Amino acid sequence: MEQATSNVVVQPADPAKIRGIWKVALILAVVTAIEYVFAFTMAKGMLLNVIFVSLTIVKAGFIVSEFMHLGHEVRSLMFTILLPMIFIIWLIVALVNIEGSAIKDGRGTQDAMEPAKTEHHEDGGH
Amino acid sequence: MSSTAISVDNKSPWRGGVGPFKASYGKLMMWFFLLSDAFTFSGLLITYAFIRFSASAYKGPVDEFVFSTEYWPIPEKVYEAFPGFHGVELPLVFVGLMTFILIMSSVTMVLAVEAGHRMDKKNVVKWMLWTIIGGFAFLTCQAWEWTHFIHGTDTATIADVVVNGIWIDNYEIYGANLTFNQYGPPAFAALFFFITGFHGFHVFSGVVINIIIFFNAANGMYERRGHYEMIEKVGLYWHFVDLVWVFVFTFFYLI
Repeated sequence: MEQATSNVVVQPADPAKIRGIWKVALILAVVTAIEYVFAFTMAKGMLLNVIFVSLTIVKAGFIVSEFMHLGHEVRSLMFTILLPMIFIIWLIVALVNIEGSAIKDGRGTQDAMEPAKTEHHEDGGH
Repeated sequence: MSSTAISVDNKSPWRGGVGPFKASYGKLMMWFFLLSDAFTFSGLLITYAFIRFSASAYKGPVDEFVFSTEYWPIPEKVYEAFPGFHGVELPLVFVGLMTFILIMSSVTMVLAVEAGHRMDKKNVVKWMLWTIIGGFAFLTCQAWEWTHFIHGTDTATIADVVVNGIWIDNYEIYGANLTFNQYGPPAFAALFFFITGFHGFHVFSGVVINIIIFFNAANGMYERRGHYEMIEKVGLYWHFVDLVWVFVFTFFYLI
Protein backbone atom coordinates (compact mmCIF):
# COMPACT_ATOMS: atom_id res chain seq x y z
CA MET A 1 0.00 0.00 0.00
CA GLU A 2 2.80 2.40 0.87
CA GLN A 3 4.67 2.16 -2.40
CA ALA A 4 1.94 4.20 -4.13
CA THR A 5 3.28 7.38 -2.61
CA SER A 6 6.97 6.56 -2.32
CA ASN A 7 7.85 7.74 -5.84
CA VAL A 8 6.54 11.30 -5.36
CA VAL A 9 9.40 13.76 -5.71
CA VAL A 10 9.00 16.97 -3.70
CA GLN A 11 10.55 19.87 -5.61
CA PRO A 12 12.51 22.40 -3.56
CA ALA A 13 10.81 25.76 -3.01
CA ASP A 14 11.94 28.70 -5.12
CA PRO A 15 12.79 31.49 -2.64
CA ALA A 16 12.18 34.22 -5.26
CA LYS A 17 8.62 32.96 -5.77
CA ILE A 18 7.89 32.90 -2.03
CA ARG A 19 9.33 36.39 -1.67
CA GLY A 20 7.08 37.54 -4.52
CA ILE A 21 3.98 36.26 -2.69
CA TRP A 22 4.92 38.12 0.50
CA LYS A 23 5.71 41.23 -1.52
CA VAL A 24 2.16 41.30 -2.90
CA ALA A 25 0.84 40.83 0.65
CA LEU A 26 2.95 43.77 1.78
CA ILE A 27 1.64 45.95 -1.07
CA LEU A 28 -1.97 45.10 -0.10
CA ALA A 29 -1.26 46.02 3.53
CA VAL A 30 0.43 49.29 2.56
CA VAL A 31 -2.42 50.33 0.23
CA THR A 32 -4.92 49.60 3.03
CA ALA A 33 -2.81 51.70 5.40
CA ILE A 34 -2.86 54.56 2.87
CA GLU A 35 -6.67 54.28 2.74
CA TYR A 36 -6.75 54.67 6.54
CA VAL A 37 -4.56 57.76 6.36
CA PHE A 38 -6.89 59.32 3.80
CA ALA A 39 -9.98 58.33 5.83
CA PHE A 40 -8.79 60.29 8.86
CA THR A 41 -7.07 63.26 7.25
CA MET A 42 -9.23 64.23 4.27
CA ALA A 43 -12.66 65.87 4.24
CA LYS A 44 -15.55 63.71 3.06
CA GLY A 45 -16.53 64.30 -0.52
CA MET A 46 -16.45 63.12 -4.09
CA LEU A 47 -12.66 63.47 -4.37
CA LEU A 48 -12.13 61.19 -1.37
CA ASN A 49 -14.60 58.66 -2.77
CA VAL A 50 -12.74 58.63 -6.10
CA ILE A 51 -9.44 58.04 -4.25
CA PHE A 52 -10.96 55.18 -2.23
CA VAL A 53 -12.44 53.48 -5.28
CA SER A 54 -9.16 53.87 -7.23
CA LEU A 55 -7.12 52.35 -4.38
CA THR A 56 -9.67 49.54 -4.12
CA ILE A 57 -9.23 48.79 -7.81
CA VAL A 58 -5.43 48.75 -7.32
CA LYS A 59 -5.84 46.19 -4.52
CA ALA A 60 -8.32 44.15 -6.58
CA GLY A 61 -5.83 44.21 -9.47
CA PHE A 62 -3.07 42.71 -7.33
CA ILE A 63 -5.36 40.03 -5.87
CA VAL A 64 -6.76 39.00 -9.24
CA SER A 65 -3.55 39.13 -11.25
CA GLU A 66 -1.11 37.69 -8.68
CA PHE A 67 -3.06 35.66 -6.09
CA MET A 68 -5.63 34.38 -8.58
CA HIS A 69 -2.90 34.12 -11.23
CA LEU A 70 -5.05 35.73 -13.92
CA GLY A 71 -2.14 37.94 -15.01
CA HIS A 72 -0.24 34.79 -15.97
CA GLU A 73 -3.05 33.09 -17.91
CA VAL A 74 -3.45 33.44 -21.68
CA ARG A 75 -4.60 36.85 -22.89
CA SER A 76 -7.99 35.68 -24.15
CA LEU A 77 -8.92 34.25 -20.73
CA MET A 78 -7.80 37.48 -19.09
CA PHE A 79 -10.08 39.56 -21.26
CA THR A 80 -12.97 37.09 -20.96
CA ILE A 81 -13.00 37.80 -17.22
CA LEU A 82 -11.94 41.45 -17.22
CA LEU A 83 -14.16 42.93 -19.95
CA PRO A 84 -17.51 42.07 -18.29
CA MET A 85 -16.15 43.45 -15.00
CA ILE A 86 -15.08 46.70 -16.68
CA PHE A 87 -18.60 47.12 -18.06
CA ILE A 88 -20.09 46.39 -14.63
CA ILE A 89 -17.87 49.02 -13.01
CA TRP A 90 -19.01 51.48 -15.67
CA LEU A 91 -22.62 50.62 -14.76
CA ILE A 92 -21.90 51.09 -11.05
CA VAL A 93 -20.39 54.53 -11.61
CA ALA A 94 -23.28 55.57 -13.88
CA LEU A 95 -26.04 54.28 -11.60
CA VAL A 96 -24.58 55.43 -8.33
CA ASN A 97 -23.24 58.79 -9.23
CA ILE A 98 -25.69 60.03 -11.82
CA GLU A 99 -28.90 58.17 -10.99
CA GLY A 100 -28.43 58.37 -7.22
CA SER A 101 -28.07 62.15 -7.20
CA ALA A 102 -30.83 62.53 -9.82
CA ILE A 103 -33.28 60.63 -7.60
CA LYS A 104 -32.13 62.65 -4.62
CA ASP A 105 -32.79 65.91 -6.47
CA GLY A 106 -36.06 64.61 -7.88
CA ARG A 107 -37.36 63.75 -4.43
CA GLY A 108 -36.15 67.06 -3.07
CA THR A 109 -34.14 65.29 -0.36
CA GLN A 110 -32.15 67.81 1.66
CA ASP A 111 -28.79 67.14 3.29
CA ALA A 112 -28.58 67.72 7.03
CA MET A 113 -26.38 70.73 7.75
CA GLU A 114 -26.38 70.22 11.53
CA PRO A 115 -26.94 67.32 13.94
CA ALA A 116 -30.53 66.17 14.37
CA LYS A 117 -32.39 67.62 17.34
CA THR A 118 -33.76 64.23 18.33
CA GLU A 119 -32.91 63.84 21.97
CA HIS A 120 -30.28 61.37 23.06
CA HIS A 121 -29.64 60.31 26.58
CA GLU A 122 -27.07 58.29 28.42
CA ASP A 123 -28.28 55.11 30.00
CA GLY A 124 -25.21 53.53 31.54
CA GLY A 125 -26.89 50.23 32.32
CA HIS A 126 -27.41 49.26 28.74
CA MET B 1 -20.49 9.30 -45.49
CA SER B 2 -16.81 9.42 -46.13
CA SER B 3 -17.21 12.05 -48.87
CA THR B 4 -18.31 14.79 -46.51
CA ALA B 5 -17.79 18.27 -47.93
CA ILE B 6 -16.43 19.86 -44.80
CA SER B 7 -12.83 19.06 -44.23
CA VAL B 8 -11.46 19.59 -40.76
CA ASP B 9 -7.76 19.14 -40.55
CA ASN B 10 -6.26 17.47 -37.54
CA LYS B 11 -4.81 20.65 -36.08
CA SER B 12 -8.18 22.45 -35.87
CA PRO B 13 -9.38 23.22 -32.35
CA TRP B 14 -12.78 21.84 -33.40
CA ARG B 15 -11.23 18.36 -33.52
CA GLY B 16 -11.08 18.39 -29.76
CA GLY B 17 -8.23 17.51 -27.47
CA VAL B 18 -7.32 21.16 -27.00
CA GLY B 19 -8.01 22.95 -23.72
CA PRO B 20 -9.71 26.30 -24.35
CA PHE B 21 -7.65 29.19 -22.96
CA LYS B 22 -4.97 26.61 -22.07
CA ALA B 23 -6.81 26.14 -18.78
CA SER B 24 -8.32 22.99 -17.36
CA TYR B 25 -12.08 22.46 -17.35
CA GLY B 26 -12.36 22.86 -13.59
CA LYS B 27 -10.40 26.08 -13.39
CA LEU B 28 -12.27 27.63 -16.31
CA MET B 29 -15.65 26.78 -14.81
CA MET B 30 -14.53 28.19 -11.46
CA TRP B 31 -13.62 31.44 -13.23
CA PHE B 32 -17.03 31.62 -14.89
CA PHE B 33 -18.77 30.88 -11.60
CA LEU B 34 -16.77 33.63 -9.90
CA LEU B 35 -17.68 36.04 -12.70
CA SER B 36 -21.38 35.34 -12.15
CA ASP B 37 -20.91 35.65 -8.39
CA ALA B 38 -19.18 38.99 -8.98
CA PHE B 39 -22.32 40.12 -10.84
CA THR B 40 -24.43 39.20 -7.79
CA PHE B 41 -22.21 41.19 -5.46
CA SER B 42 -22.14 44.07 -7.95
CA GLY B 43 -25.94 44.11 -7.85
CA LEU B 44 -25.86 44.34 -4.05
CA LEU B 45 -23.22 47.09 -4.05
CA ILE B 46 -25.10 49.05 -6.72
CA THR B 47 -28.22 48.86 -4.53
CA TYR B 48 -26.25 50.00 -1.50
CA ALA B 49 -24.54 52.91 -3.22
CA PHE B 50 -27.71 53.97 -5.02
CA ILE B 51 -29.73 54.12 -1.77
CA ARG B 52 -26.86 55.77 0.06
CA PHE B 53 -26.33 58.50 -2.52
CA SER B 54 -30.04 59.22 -2.88
CA ALA B 55 -30.48 59.48 0.91
CA SER B 56 -29.99 62.60 2.96
CA ALA B 57 -26.32 63.08 3.84
CA TYR B 58 -24.86 64.65 6.98
CA LYS B 59 -22.90 67.77 6.03
CA GLY B 60 -22.47 69.33 9.47
CA PRO B 61 -19.35 69.33 11.65
CA VAL B 62 -18.03 65.78 12.14
CA ASP B 63 -17.32 66.14 15.87
CA GLU B 64 -20.91 67.22 16.56
CA PHE B 65 -22.37 64.24 14.68
CA VAL B 66 -25.12 62.28 16.43
CA PHE B 67 -27.05 59.30 15.10
CA SER B 68 -30.44 60.06 13.61
CA THR B 69 -32.87 58.18 11.42
CA GLU B 70 -33.14 61.34 9.29
CA TYR B 71 -29.76 61.11 7.55
CA TRP B 72 -27.14 58.52 6.58
CA PRO B 73 -24.52 57.93 9.32
CA ILE B 74 -20.79 58.59 9.01
CA PRO B 75 -19.29 55.06 8.87
CA GLU B 76 -16.41 55.64 11.30
CA LYS B 77 -18.95 56.78 13.92
CA VAL B 78 -20.82 53.48 13.55
CA TYR B 79 -17.88 51.08 13.43
CA GLU B 80 -15.74 52.24 16.33
CA ALA B 81 -16.07 49.43 18.85
CA PHE B 82 -13.43 46.84 19.75
CA PRO B 83 -13.88 43.76 21.96
CA GLY B 84 -12.74 44.50 25.50
CA PHE B 85 -12.69 48.28 25.00
CA HIS B 86 -16.21 49.26 25.97
CA GLY B 87 -16.91 52.95 25.57
CA VAL B 88 -13.55 53.67 23.90
CA GLU B 89 -13.81 55.17 20.42
CA LEU B 90 -11.57 53.17 18.08
CA PRO B 91 -12.91 54.05 14.66
CA LEU B 92 -12.42 51.36 12.00
CA VAL B 93 -9.75 49.55 14.07
CA PHE B 94 -11.71 46.32 14.37
CA VAL B 95 -12.61 46.21 10.69
CA GLY B 96 -8.93 46.85 9.95
CA LEU B 97 -8.08 43.75 11.95
CA MET B 98 -10.70 41.76 10.01
CA THR B 99 -9.22 42.97 6.71
CA PHE B 100 -5.73 41.98 7.87
CA ILE B 101 -6.93 38.50 8.89
CA LEU B 102 -8.61 37.90 5.53
CA ILE B 103 -5.64 39.13 3.50
CA MET B 104 -3.30 36.93 5.56
CA SER B 105 -5.49 33.88 5.00
CA SER B 106 -5.37 34.66 1.28
CA VAL B 107 -1.56 34.68 1.47
CA THR B 108 -1.46 31.30 3.24
CA MET B 109 -3.77 29.99 0.51
CA VAL B 110 -1.33 31.12 -2.20
CA LEU B 111 1.46 29.39 -0.26
CA ALA B 112 -0.63 26.18 -0.17
CA VAL B 113 -1.14 26.36 -3.95
CA GLU B 114 2.58 27.00 -4.43
CA ALA B 115 3.44 23.96 -2.27
CA GLY B 116 0.95 21.93 -4.32
CA HIS B 117 2.82 22.76 -7.52
CA ARG B 118 5.92 21.23 -5.94
CA MET B 119 3.98 18.12 -4.74
CA ASP B 120 4.96 19.13 -1.21
CA LYS B 121 2.17 17.47 0.74
CA LYS B 122 3.48 18.48 4.16
CA ASN B 123 3.44 22.19 3.33
CA VAL B 124 0.09 22.01 1.52
CA VAL B 125 -1.46 20.57 4.68
CA LYS B 126 0.28 23.14 6.87
CA TRP B 127 -0.79 26.18 4.82
CA MET B 128 -4.33 24.87 4.33
CA LEU B 129 -4.63 24.59 8.11
CA TRP B 130 -3.52 28.22 8.52
CA THR B 131 -6.04 29.27 5.87
CA ILE B 132 -8.84 27.51 7.76
CA ILE B 133 -7.76 29.15 11.03
CA GLY B 134 -7.79 32.55 9.28
CA GLY B 135 -11.29 31.89 7.94
CA PHE B 136 -12.57 30.94 11.38
CA ALA B 137 -10.91 34.00 12.92
CA PHE B 138 -12.65 36.25 10.39
CA LEU B 139 -16.04 34.61 11.03
CA THR B 140 -15.57 35.01 14.78
CA CYS B 141 -14.81 38.71 14.32
CA GLN B 142 -17.88 39.11 12.15
CA ALA B 143 -20.07 37.36 14.73
CA TRP B 144 -18.82 39.79 17.37
CA GLU B 145 -19.36 42.77 15.06
CA TRP B 146 -22.93 41.70 14.28
CA THR B 147 -23.68 41.15 17.96
CA HIS B 148 -22.42 44.62 18.80
CA PHE B 149 -24.28 46.15 15.85
CA ILE B 150 -27.54 44.48 16.90
CA HIS B 151 -27.24 45.39 20.60
CA GLY B 152 -26.12 48.94 19.91
CA THR B 153 -24.46 51.58 22.07
CA ASP B 154 -25.41 53.07 25.44
CA THR B 155 -27.08 56.05 23.81
CA ALA B 156 -30.54 55.68 22.31
CA THR B 157 -31.72 57.36 19.15
CA ILE B 158 -35.21 58.80 19.43
CA ALA B 159 -37.53 58.31 16.47
CA ASP B 160 -41.16 57.62 15.60
CA VAL B 161 -41.42 53.95 14.68
CA VAL B 162 -43.93 51.17 14.21
CA VAL B 163 -43.58 48.29 16.69
CA ASN B 164 -45.85 45.27 16.25
CA GLY B 165 -48.16 47.30 14.05
CA ILE B 166 -48.55 50.14 16.55
CA TRP B 167 -47.17 53.61 15.81
CA ILE B 168 -45.03 54.85 18.70
CA ASP B 169 -43.83 58.45 18.95
CA ASN B 170 -40.41 59.20 20.45
CA TYR B 171 -39.37 55.57 20.70
CA GLU B 172 -35.90 54.91 22.14
CA ILE B 173 -34.02 52.82 19.58
CA TYR B 174 -31.09 50.77 20.81
CA GLY B 175 -29.11 48.77 18.26
CA ALA B 176 -30.50 47.52 15.01
CA ASN B 177 -32.99 45.14 13.47
CA LEU B 178 -34.48 44.83 10.00
CA THR B 179 -37.25 47.41 10.59
CA PHE B 180 -35.34 50.24 12.28
CA ASN B 181 -31.96 51.01 13.80
CA GLN B 182 -30.28 53.61 15.97
CA TYR B 183 -27.60 54.47 13.41
CA GLY B 184 -29.56 55.87 10.50
CA PRO B 185 -32.38 55.24 8.03
CA PRO B 186 -33.92 51.72 8.19
CA ALA B 187 -32.24 50.76 4.91
CA PHE B 188 -28.81 51.30 6.47
CA ALA B 189 -28.99 48.31 8.83
CA ALA B 190 -30.94 46.19 6.35
CA LEU B 191 -28.18 46.66 3.77
CA PHE B 192 -25.49 46.02 6.39
CA PHE B 193 -27.09 42.70 7.36
CA PHE B 194 -27.70 41.67 3.78
CA ILE B 195 -24.34 42.52 2.23
CA THR B 196 -21.95 41.61 5.05
CA GLY B 197 -24.16 38.57 5.71
CA PHE B 198 -23.98 37.44 2.09
CA HIS B 199 -20.21 37.89 2.17
CA GLY B 200 -19.98 36.11 5.52
CA PHE B 201 -21.93 33.20 4.10
CA HIS B 202 -19.39 33.00 1.27
CA VAL B 203 -16.59 32.93 3.85
CA PHE B 204 -18.42 30.22 5.75
CA SER B 205 -18.87 28.01 2.69
CA GLY B 206 -15.23 28.73 1.78
CA VAL B 207 -14.10 27.46 5.18
CA VAL B 208 -16.22 24.31 4.79
CA ILE B 209 -14.72 23.63 1.35
CA ASN B 210 -11.22 24.36 2.70
CA ILE B 211 -11.74 21.81 5.48
CA ILE B 212 -12.79 19.14 2.96
CA ILE B 213 -9.75 19.91 0.79
CA PHE B 214 -7.50 19.90 3.86
CA PHE B 215 -8.57 16.37 4.80
CA ASN B 216 -8.28 15.17 1.20
CA ALA B 217 -4.75 16.56 0.97
CA ALA B 218 -3.78 15.15 4.37
CA ASN B 219 -5.10 11.72 3.36
CA GLY B 220 -2.92 11.81 0.26
CA MET B 221 -5.79 11.90 -2.26
CA TYR B 222 -4.11 14.54 -4.44
CA GLU B 223 -0.72 12.89 -4.14
CA ARG B 224 -2.23 9.66 -5.54
CA ARG B 225 -3.99 11.71 -8.23
CA GLY B 226 -0.62 13.14 -9.25
CA HIS B 227 -1.53 16.83 -9.01
CA TYR B 228 -2.90 19.38 -6.57
CA GLU B 229 -5.17 21.24 -8.97
CA MET B 230 -8.09 21.05 -6.55
CA ILE B 231 -6.15 23.34 -4.19
CA GLU B 232 -5.87 25.86 -7.04
CA LYS B 233 -9.61 25.77 -7.79
CA VAL B 234 -10.60 26.17 -4.16
CA GLY B 235 -7.88 28.82 -3.87
CA LEU B 236 -9.58 30.83 -6.63
CA TYR B 237 -12.80 30.79 -4.64
CA TRP B 238 -11.03 31.79 -1.42
CA HIS B 239 -9.24 34.73 -3.10
CA PHE B 240 -12.55 35.83 -4.55
CA VAL B 241 -13.97 36.03 -1.02
CA ASP B 242 -11.01 38.25 -0.09
CA LEU B 243 -11.58 40.29 -3.25
CA VAL B 244 -15.23 40.93 -2.39
CA TRP B 245 -14.23 41.97 1.12
CA VAL B 246 -11.89 44.61 -0.36
CA PHE B 247 -14.92 46.14 -2.08
CA VAL B 248 -17.29 45.74 0.89
CA PHE B 249 -14.62 47.38 3.07
CA THR B 250 -14.42 50.40 0.79
CA PHE B 251 -18.13 50.87 0.21
CA PHE B 252 -19.34 50.12 3.74
CA TYR B 253 -16.61 51.32 6.03
CA LEU B 254 -14.79 54.06 4.14
CA ILE B 255 -17.23 55.87 1.84
